[in-house]
Amino acid sequence: MKHTIAPSRRSRAGAHLALAGVLLALLAWLFAPTPAHAAEGDPYTVSGNVQLDGEPLEGVALTIDGPGGEQEVETDADGRWSVKVPERGVEYTVTLDESTLPEGIAVIEDPDGDGQTNVTTSEMGQGGRLTVNFFIGEGERNVTSFFDQFVQRLFLGLNFGLMLGLAAVGLSLVFGTTGISNFAHAEMVTFGAVTALMLVGPATLALPVWLGIPIAVILSALLGLVLDGIVWRPLRRRGVGVVQLMILSIGLSLALRYLFNFFIGGDTQQLPPMVPNVSIPLFGAVTTSLNDIVSMSISIVVIVAFALWLTRSRLGKATRAISDNPSLAAASGIDVDHVVRIVWIISGALAGLAGILYAYYRPGIRWDMGAQILLLVFAAVTLGGLGTAFGALVGSIVIGLLTELSSLWIPADLRYAGALVVLIIILLVRPQGILGRRERIG
Amino acid sequence: MNWLQIFDNTLSSVLSPATIGYALAALGLAMHFGYGGLLNMGVAGFMALGAYGYAISILTFGFPWWLAALVGLGAAAVFALILGIPTLRLRGDYLAIATIAAAEVLRLMFMTTQFEDVTGSADGLAGYHASFRASNPIPEGTYGFGPWTYNETGWWVRIMGLLTLAFAVLVVWMLTRSPWGRVMKGIREDEDAIRSLGKNVFSYKMQSLVLGGVIMAAGGVVYALPSSVAPGLYVTSLTFFVWTALLLGGAATVFGPVLGSLIFWVIQTFLSNFLPALVEAGILPFMSTSQAGTLRFILVGVALMLLVIFMPQGLLGDKKELTFVR
Repeated sequence: MKHTIAPSRRSRAGAHLALAGVLLALLAWLFAPTPAHAAEGDPYTVSGNVQLDGEPLEGVALTIDGPGGEQEVETDADGRWSVKVPERGVEYTVTLDESTLPEGIAVIEDPDGDGQTNVTTSEMGQGGRLTVNFFIGEGERNVTSFFDQFVQRLFLGLNFGLMLGLAAVGLSLVFGTTGISNFAHAEMVTFGAVTALMLVGPATLALPVWLGIPIAVILSALLGLVLDGIVWRPLRRRGVGVVQLMILSIGLSLALRYLFNFFIGGDTQQLPPMVPNVSIPLFGAVTTSLNDIVSMSISIVVIVAFALWLTRSRLGKATRAISDNPSLAAASGIDVDHVVRIVWIISGALAGLAGILYAYYRPGIRWDMGAQILLLVFAAVTLGGLGTAFGALVGSIVIGLLTELSSLWIPADLRYAGALVVLIIILLVRPQGILGRRERIG
Repeated sequence: MNWLQIFDNTLSSVLSPATIGYALAALGLAMHFGYGGLLNMGVAGFMALGAYGYAISILTFGFPWWLAALVGLGAAAVFALILGIPTLRLRGDYLAIATIAAAEVLRLMFMTTQFEDVTGSADGLAGYHASFRASNPIPEGTYGFGPWTYNETGWWVRIMGLLTLAFAVLVVWMLTRSPWGRVMKGIREDEDAIRSLGKNVFSYKMQSLVLGGVIMAAGGVVYALPSSVAPGLYVTSLTFFVWTALLLGGAATVFGPVLGSLIFWVIQTFLSNFLPALVEAGILPFMSTSQAGTLRFILVGVALMLLVIFMPQGLLGDKKELTFVR
């Protein structure tokens, strides 16, 4: 089944579901006209999801029949619905009203084999909850071959991995030069997206995209500089330990994250498109969009430029020298404070850019979007070897591919979990990472 | 502004199951971080295992409540063992990243629609109270005075929570004064020195990880006792809030975590009542009530930053016994 339906992009936003749960309860309460003796306080739940190729369908009407009487419900903005029922261990019949589906679309699979695709009867177990999903498509289903899907996922994964890489190299540079495991990096990612929203969003400044996004990246770089100036440099001077700095970065991360929540609220907001929304066929059933191509090109260009800087320029060499041995670098005349300031600026800019690309990839901007990928970025950095910039890049691409490809086999809402399990396994077998050296792990 | 209501709610939070749950979790973390120097960032995972272990045992397997609670604690012990084997030999920040990742994996597993029949997916679990309430010896009625007036169920939950907390405090207090506790403190200060004395550092750390994890899971059970289990609670923010409570009270102390959790919840409850009231009274004209609700989490973040720089030993801690030495 998974092999034929492209899993939803929306489900990447794992943490949404918490909020959706609350919303759901509210919506179920709003929509369900309370018949007979099925009441608000009923303990058990029948719920489900109506989606078309991963896009949620809103306002589809369903009828749930069973003990407690007939209840009607409509799907919410996320395509979800749920009703409360009074009894478990009995059968419920769920009917989807096909006239409320968009034109030319029907329920195309019949899971319980009763000949009616839009009616499903199933028994609620002793767990007290029952999930009923309908499989919706355009008349007949176009079946995508496994190979095509594999290539499609590979492509998406590469895109995601490159984007993660932008965030990861910055985190890794900071770790290498200052020893901080910077949890607030997630908020630097969100900052890029939120500033972009402020600059190009139709509700605020509404600058053209080609102007607004570079400005957002510059402002992100400034954030790096400012944070270094008012938080990290004074603390370095005081000689605060790395564990303290790590916990401090957690505090900073919390403060900034809820500050974003304070200003943009809890909703998901969209950036205007970078380029017209064109679908580009590659081969077979594999397609991509112009947006993805542009996004990937930006990532690649920036990463190549960064790599040249790190390997060829004086400052880049100085950065690597400090990562290797700070005291020796300082003794040989490198201005460590200056280099660290540059590293924070670059780290901020790359994180901000990653945030903007992630906003297109998800798609949408949320106050906690950076926190959603922070652990994947950490996984990438650890996988590549803590403190090595190129290792972080390799790690990111591996994590990106793994996240997307794993959803061919495991449920889409568990694919982040897959990447994190790999992180833990890597720590078991090769803790120094792919490109790291053994001495670093102490 | 209804001052009476605000103070009533604030004082009531002193005895709330959430406060007791936090206190237990922070106590477990004191065991890990304060006495052992282990950077456990997966507190939410341990608490989730306690809560889900309890709820699933009752709902799916029909266990009595005390057995279900033990299942929750056991799950946390197994989790600590699995987590400790790859990470305890490594440097501290690896343990931090591995534990935070493992806690997220757990949360995603509890939230996926794949196991919805058992875990309740995003809705969580509810309606597992029958067995616990049936064992309540308190006759029906309302007891207490002032803000601390609860019915028999409310008191039963609080009494069991406080007993668990008292027991855990006693265990941790005795352990930290035992030879075992001295070795753990030694490991925190200088691992190599302890290794050179012929102690098996890995085994000591593992014992600390398992024991602290079980205490955290007990916190999760107590938190889940009165109401429901929802995956939205066990996010990384929960871990960070418990850290804040711990550092506030004092990481390397026995009563610090309890005091820290108490202050954390009293301030949280006060602000969550007071700030929206200010907005409604028109004193904070530039924000909405939901923004006022968000403001208190910003303050938690700022408080955590200030604490770790200016008062790393916490309220009850001793400056000489700083856990940040490395």
